[in-house]
Parts: sequence; C-alpha cells; structure tokens
Amino acid sequence: MTNKNITWFKAAPITAFPENGGACVKYNDKQIAVFHFKQLDKWYATDNECPHKHQMILSRGMIGDQQGHPKVACPFHKKTFSLETGLNLQGEDYCINVYPVKIEEGFVFIGV
Amino acid sequence: MTQPLKVVVVGNGMVGYKFCEKLLTKAGGGSFSITVIGEEPRPAYDRVHLSAYFSGTSAEELSMAPASWYLDNGIRLLTGECVTQIDPQARVVVTHTGLQIPYDKLILATGSSAFVPAVAGVEKEGVFVYRTIEDLDAIIAYAKNAKRAAVIGGGLLGLEAAKAALDLGLETQVVEFAPRLMPRQLDAAGADMLKSKMEQLGIGIHLNKNTAFFDGDVAVRGLSFTDQSYLEADMVIISAGIRPRDELAKQAGLAVGPRGGIIVDDALTTSDAHIHAIGECALYQNMIYGLVAPGYEMADIVATNLVSGRIDKTFKPFDMSTKLKLIGVDVASFGEPFCEHIPHNTLVIEDKLKGIYKRLNVSSDGKYLLGGILVGEADNYNMLLQMTKNQMILPPSPEDLILAPRKGEATAGAGVSALPESASVCSCENITKGTICEAIESQNLADVAAIKKCTKAGTGCGGCVPMLSDLLTETLKKQGKTIKKVICEHFDYSRQELYHLIKMSETRTFEEVLTAHGKGCGCEVCKPAVASMLASIYNEVIAKQAVIQDTNDRYLANIQRGGTYSVVPRVPGGEITPDQLIALGVVAKKYDLYCKITGGQRVDLFGARVEQLPLIWEELIEVGFESGHAYGKALRTVKSCVGSTWCRFGVQDAVGYAIRIENRYKGIRAPHKLKSAVSGCTRECAEAQSKDFGIIATEKGWNLYLCGNGGIKPQHAVLFASDLDDDTCIKYIDRFLMFYIKTAEPLQRTATWFNKLEGGLEYLRDVIINDSLGICDELEKEMAYLIETYHDEWRVAVETPEIRSRFTHFVNSEEADPSLQFVEMRTQKRPADW
Ligand code: SRM
Ligand SMILES: Cc1cc2nc3c(=O)[nH]c(=O)nc-3n(C[C@H](O)[C@H](O)[C@H](O)COP(=O)(O)OP(=O)(O)OC[C@H]3O[C@@H](n4cnc5c(N)ncnc54)[C@H](O)[C@@H]3O)c2cc1C
Ligand code: SF4
Ligand code: FES
Repeated sequence: MTNKNITWFKAAPITAFPENGGACVKYNDKQIAVFHFKQLDKWYATDNECPHKHQMILSRGMIGDQQGHPKVACPFHKKTFSLETGLNLQGEDYCINVYPVKIEEGFVFIGV
Repeated sequence: MTQPLKVVVVGNGMVGYKFCEKLLTKAGGGSFSITVIGEEPRPAYDRVHLSAYFSGTSAEELSMAPASWYLDNGIRLLTGECVTQIDPQARVVVTHTGLQIPYDKLILATGSSAFVPAVAGVEKEGVFVYRTIEDLDAIIAYAKNAKRAAVIGGGLLGLEAAKAALDLGLETQVVEFAPRLMPRQLDAAGADMLKSKMEQLGIGIHLNKNTAFFDGDVAVRGLSFTDQSYLEADMVIISAGIRPRDELAKQAGLAVGPRGGIIVDDALTTSDAHIHAIGECALYQNMIYGLVAPGYEMADIVATNLVSGRIDKTFKPFDMSTKLKLIGVDVASFGEPFCEHIPHNTLVIEDKLKGIYKRLNVSSDGKYLLGGILVGEADNYNMLLQMTKNQMILPPSPEDLILAPRKGEATAGAGVSALPESASVCSCENITKGTICEAIESQNLADVAAIKKCTKAGTGCGGCVPMLSDLLTETLKKQGKTIKKVICEHFDYSRQELYHLIKMSETRTFEEVLTAHGKGCGCEVCKPAVASMLASIYNEVIAKQAVIQDTNDRYLANIQRGGTYSVVPRVPGGEITPDQLIALGVVAKKYDLYCKITGGQRVDLFGARVEQLPLIWEELIEVGFESGHAYGKALRTVKSCVGSTWCRFGVQDAVGYAIRIENRYKGIRAPHKLKSAVSGCTRECAEAQSKDFGIIATEKGWNLYLCGNGGIKPQHAVLFASDLDDDTCIKYIDRFLMFYIKTAEPLQRTATWFNKLEGGLEYLRDVIINDSLGICDELEKEMAYLIETYHDEWRVAVETPEIRSRFTHFVNSEEADPSLQFVEMRTQKRPADW
C-alpha cells in the first residue's frame, strides 16, 4: 500500500456497520464493501463486486479466517478472498481491490 | 556450459499441459527451455469435466493451471496462436502470425477435433460440435431461442451432450447410426437398459438412423433420414466421434494412418526422430486412445525419456475401461466387456424394475474376472476393475460382487484391503495403492483433498476418488486412528458433539460457542452450522445474530442471480383462498415481481430489491401470510392432495392433516431443509414417498414413510409404521425429527443421514417406537419447546426497527443498487444474464 495521493472518503458513522459483518458504501459510481472485523479489532474495505460472476454482493458475504488469515466468502458460490490482499484463496486467477480504512471521531474513512 | 534443450509443445490441451508438468518435476529445472503453443484463447483446461461448465463451474475453475503457473516455471506460453507449419529439416515451427520458433525436440499434442460427417446442410446455423469452452458458449447462446435439440451420436460423448441439452431446457433427441447406444462399451441388453433409462430422463432415442441431410433455410429446422423419416430440431449437436488432428504432421511429411492419426512407436516417436506425438493425435498400433489416462501415460513416457536421454519407458496397449458420469444413470464397462474371442462364462443380473443390468465375464476356470458391463448402478466399478487388472482370485460366489448388498452387510470380497500394493488405483496418473497408503501414513494425510494434493491421485478423471476415500479410512483404521468428521478448522468436533456441548454449556451466541469450544474467528462453514444449532436448541429470533447466518437467512429470503431476492409466503397444505390469491397478485403487481407457482404448491415472487423486502412483507402479513422459510434449512412445504375433501377416492382428509403438520413444524431449524407431504389414498398424488417424512392415508389411518428425497439423488422413503391414528403418527414424527436434528451432520438431509445410520430401519424403529435409547421423553419435550416458541420471523423483522433498518443496499445512501438489470421475458421480468 502506498501513502501518496490517498483521498480519505468519509463513509458513515461506525454504528452503521454490523460487528463482524459487512455493509456496502457508495462512493461516486463505486460500491465499496466495508467489514468491521471486531474479533481482530480491524476494519477492511474491498470492492463490493465479486469478480467471479460480477455480482455486487461481497458486503453481504460472511467473514472469517483461514489459518488465521482474514477472509470474506461470496454468498453466491462461496469463493473466498483475502481481506488483506484481495487475492482469491482458492488459487483462482481473479482477485478484488482492497482499500485502506481509518476511524476518526466515530466515523469510517476509506482511502480511495 | 551446454545450451538447454529447446522443447516445443504444439497444443496446450490436457495432455500437452500434463507433459509440461511431468517434464518440470522430472527435470528439476535448468536443462530444458520449454515453449508451448496453443490455439485456444486460454491455457489448458479440464475437458473431461467440460459439461460442468453448464452447471456454473467457471472457465477458471476448469483450468488445469493459470497462466501464472507457466510464467512461474519458466515456460513460454503462447495462447491463441496456431502452428501452421513444421520444417523438419530446419527444425522450426511457424505460427499463423508468422512467429518462427526453433526446436531440438518437438512434441505434438494437437489432440483431436469433433468428427463432422459430410452430410448436406451441416453448415447451417444451429449446428454445433461439443469440444471446447467456445463451443459451449455458442450452444448456450443459441439454446436461448431454441426448443428442440437433436444430438447426433449415441456414444459416450453424445449422451453427455444430450444431458447438457436437456439441462438447458431443450427437448432432446439422440440419433444413433448403430442399432444400439454406446456400441463400443455395451452389449445389446446393457444398451437396451440404458435406452429406457435415458427415455425416463426425457431424452428420446432413435437408433439405426442415417442422416441424409439437414433441413432448413439459413438455420437448421430438422433432420431427414435415409429411411425417409424426419425429426424436427431447431438445433443440432454433432458428437459422432473424433478425428485426430494430424494436418500439421501430414504437411511436414510425417507418417500418418489411413484413417488419421500420427503414427508413433513404443517410445511415442513419429517417423521423424526429433518429433514425438502424444494424446489423442497419436496413432499407436492402429489405435487412437480417446481418453485422458492413456494420454497422461504417453506424456509421462516422453518426459521420462527426454530427461534420461535414453528409452527407459515404453507405451503398452492401454486399458480402455470407462465409467460414464451422466447424472442419474451410471454406466461402466471394463476389461473385456464382450469377450468375443476369449473362452469365458458370463454372469448376468438384470432388474428391469430398477433399471439395473450387470454382466461379469469370468474365465472358464472360474478363477478370474475378465471384464464386464454395469448399467444403472456402478458402485463397485473401481473394485471390479482392480480385480480384473490385478488378476485377483474371485470369491467362491462371484455373483455377490454384483448383487446389491443387503443392509448392514458388507459387499463380499470387495474391500480395498484385498488389493495388492501394486494395484494402480488412479489410472490417469498411474498411482498405486502402495504409493497412496505410504503417503497417508508418512505425511499424516487426513482427507481426500490432501491425498489429491500430495500424490496427484484423483486429479484426472476423478473416477478413483471413492476408492481414495476407502483407502484413507482403511489406512487410518490400521493405524488405530478413528476418522472424525469435524466441522472445520475452527471446531474440532462433529456436529453431534458440538450440539451436545452447546446444550450442556448453555452458550447462546456464536462468540460464546467459539470461546468455549473452538478456536480462531470462525468461517463461512462453521458460522451457519452453529447458527443452525443455536436455532434448533433455543429457537430465538435468528435475525438477532444476522452476521453468522448464510446470506439467505441473513435477509430472510433467497438471493438470486443479480442480487435480488425471492419472496415465498407459507401456504399450509397448498390450500389457499381466492382473497389470498388476489392479495398475492396485488402485491406482486405493485412491486413488479415475477410470479411462479412452485413445485411445492405455493407461489414464489422473484425480483425484490433488498430494501423492498420489509415493505412487501408488511403488506403480506397484513393479509395473514407468514414466512414460508424458503430460505432456511427448515420445514419447507407439506404438500397435500385434495383427499376426501373432494376426491372420490380419498379415504382421509389429507388437506386438513397436512395443514396441521405444516403449522406444527413450521420455523423449526434443522441440519438441512425438511419436506413433507400427505396423500389421501394409495394413488399418492402428493408424492409423499419422496419426502423426508411422508404420510399416506389408509382405510384405518395413516402410513408413515421416512427419509425420502427428491433432488440430486432421488430415494424412496421407507415405510416406517402402518395404520397409525392422527396423534400417534405425529408423536413418531416429533421424535424422528428431533433425533435427526440432534445427530445429523451439517447439510445432511434425512435420506443421507438414514443411509449412514448403523442398524438402518430396524434401529430407527427401535429408537422411535420402542424407545430403546430411553430418549423419547426428552425428544418430545425438546420438540414441544420448539413448537411453543414459534414466531413468524418476518413479522419480527418488520416490527423491530433495529432489524428492519438493515434492509438497505448502501449504508450511506437511500439509493437502490444501480447495478441491477432486468430483461423482459414472456411478459414478466427476469434478471439479465451473469
Ligand atoms: C421455487 C422452487 C422451484 C419451482 O419453481 O418450483 C425451488 C427453487 C429452489 N430450490 Fe428447490 N425449489 C423448489 C422445489 C424443489 C423440489 C420439489 C418439492 O419440494 O416438492 C425439490 C426436490 C425434492 C427434495 O428436496 O427432496 C427441490 C430440490 C432442491 C435441491 C436438492 C435437494 C437435495 O437433497 O438433493 C436444492 C439444493 C439444496 O437445497 O442444497 C434446491 C434449491 C433450490 C434453491 C434454493 C436454489 C437457490 O439457492 O437459489 C431455489 C430457490 C428459489 C427461490 O429463490 O425461491 N432445491 N426443490 C420450488 C420451491 C418449492 C417451495 O414452494 O418451497
Ligand atoms: C465433453 C467431453 C467429455 C469427455 N469425457 C471424458 C471422460 O469422462 N474420460 C476420459 O478419459 N476422457 C474424456 N474425454 C476425452 C478427453 O477430454 C481427451 O482424451 C483429452 O482432452 C485429450 O487431450 P489432448 O491434449 O490429447 O487433446 P486436446 O485436449 O484436444 O488438446 C489439444 C489442443 O491442441 C490445440 N491444437 C491443435 N492443433 C494445434 C495447432 N496447430 N497449433 C496450436 N494448437 C493446436 C487444440 O486447440 C487443443 O487445445 C472427454 C472429451 C469431451 C470433449
Ligand atoms: S429451481 Fe431448483 S432445479 Fe430449478 S434451477 Fe433452481 S435449484 Fe435448479
Ligand atoms: S459471484 Fe461471487 S462466487 Fe460466484
């Protein structure tokens, strides 16, 4: 991740997001999935679109870990992606973008 | 320093890929520079499982290895590039874009193409072959506007194409030139049985048909046969055999067979010492091997010899045994299926009722198995094949090998332990039992996936996977280890154990359960499993722990293509008033929902956006509807026939009883969904015998059937008890359901649960009727608790602001998901394609 030229987009108050689950944020024409991984005390943001069949859905996916590595599973066909790197964990060719997140004064900011 | 040897592979199909993989592992890197040229737009994929593409397996999943694999291993891969010329003198190949690539060794792995008979009109629109992903894309696209498909060819591939056409919703007919189906694998009786099975699946079979011409103007309209008959079809798939792709070899002056194929010797060398041919393009002893296993063997031989620089390994005539993976119909033929010129005795079992035909050819001294044919059931295929290949001595009564084992008995003489260590279990990768067992022991492998990864066994056609699982069980047993089905990496317990622990520790949330009994953070496997157990034990509102529910349960609706949801209100017993019907129509119209009568006697409204769900349900609840739990692993429908309410044959009030049952068990969560039905007499119009629990009226009361299943692997329910009165029948169902809920694996339906239940039907009767475990009181109490605590989930959702507010697409905007797209179809809407 590079720090240059990050625009921080103020998405919503932290209370708008479920604990240990995801919700979708609209940023211009983009859809970004935000996950509050409370068990790890971390926040993640990724594309909302699942690259498998191009469905706008990842925010409704279940999160969890694989050998300690945080991941999200797409509800449609259960493809799983790393929340850290966006790589597909089944070893398939497609992956998702991940975005930095910061919390300030009770608000979730996404680096776009 | 010597230059690395330049190896060029033409063709990046299954065999071309396998060759690269074998060469890499054997050479260990360094001494070869490998270039692979493939004409298809993507790297090699699993053609054997091509049909899975129709059921949603993506091109990526079918891929043998991603493009990055070639890169990482230093292989130069050119896709979408066709070799048009070989210059054997200069040792250069030329591609269609003009690339010139020199080689020291050239490997032709050009495979074959579908054989297209020279029949007038084959060029018409709507005529397809079945070989590549692009062929399938074209078929899928064309099928959208087609109704009737004809498949030319009744062999292995033709029948697979037919099943695919059927799955695309087409009326499907198979046309075969020979007097029987699969003439190369089956005898007349076996082929007959297969024919009736295919016809039951809804596929028409036309034998002895020679196509004269394809009829139609621009697009095909039908087939005209030489016997003057005619078959209407707006789409044709030709699957009448393969033709080896030897055009390059011919042009280069290599020897080819009179009917095609690049002639090779024992070392797979062509008539030019620097060129080898492997896979479906190679002609060995006048034979083209149209299967993947011999192709892999060829790849292995050429790779081995290249690395050693001498001829260490040679090819031998290969076993052509096959098992067809058509859904619903098992067909296998192994060893010498016909034994035309070999003295032998045959043993035949034929069950027309069940559609089973089995033939074994036994040596005339009665000691060995020579080969055989299996239609309708091929569970023992792997074992029989091994007995044939390894010349194992037959048990005293070989018929036991093909008789269905009676419940509770093991199949005679057929345990994997009887196999010699040298038995080749996976013929695609040529891996022996010894190697597999050794790997299991030395590397502590615990599941089939690990065996696949470590030994590569089971990664080809997949036919040996059941045997791998048997070998695993057997080896672990020998080591004194028990094999436990654990839920996932986060819980070291079976579902039954965890269920018990949750109850004992009175843990009520996923977090509590994880802290007390698990590790890590959980995942998409254990979260819904635990959610289901919590619901079965405490029956609290599932929406309170929304993030551990599968998407369908999280939004109390089934998610569909495109991301909208379906709405299915409960209609107990299928009885519905005119006012309720009108109300459904009014709501559907208002929210522009697609309407369909389901196979479960109720109405499904599709296409609701997530933020519309509470609004729709609010209106439905107002007119008296409740959640139908179409999204949950819970009771779905209790179908009923009209019974004595109207029907002149009805002996009991089936509708009334179905309503009582549906209302009793609605909302109860189970390891998998539950279905039931009540029929008013033995004519069985409600199909109760295909349900998890089904009830059929008799003059004296009710017959109760348990553990039936429609779906993927249909199974009739077994008659559990007869002539029960209303209350006894319900008492037995209470106990049965609770017993299942407490002991099944996650996502295991009652039929599979029952099949694994040691002691079978007798045991189940003992537990439920005779209370042999002394748990019936407890089961009834637990069931009573679930019934008492029933709540309509949708009512709770719309009435609880905190839950209701979650039904939005965005958290920072009121807007609906702008990516949703619909198209019109038969005057209603449907989502745009993936
Ligand atoms: C709507 C319906 C088809 C229809 O248009 O008629 C349907 C639709 C679906 N079925 Fe079904 N099944 C429907 C009747 C059936 C039946 C017939 C019946 O119930 O009498 C069967 C065979 C009987 C059986 O289950 O034993 C059936 C066997 C399946 C199976 C295979 C189950 C199995 O054990 O093999 C699945 C997959 C699964 O559950 O894992 C499935 C799964 C599905 C899913 C949930 C697939 C999905 O995830 O999208 C579909 C949801 C549609 C939706 O959004 O509402 N559906 N499905 C039927 C709804 C009945 C209802 O009113 O609730
Ligand atoms: C629907 C279907 C189901 C099947 N089911 C089974 C089964 O159950 N069991 C089984 O054992 N087998 C099955 N087979 C057969 C199996 O797929 C083949 O035996 C296997 O794919 C052969 O591999 P190959 O590499 O020799 O040929 P292919 O997989 O055909 O690969 C050859 C490749 O070479 C390319 N090529 C050809 N000429 C050139 C050129 N001049 N330049 C560049 N590239 C070129 C082709 O485009 C192709 O990609 C099935 C086949 C099909 C179509
Ligand atoms: S409704 Fe059932 S049978 Fe039809 S496509 Fe969906 S899951 Fe398959
Ligand atoms: S759309 Fe996400 S896994 Fe298929």
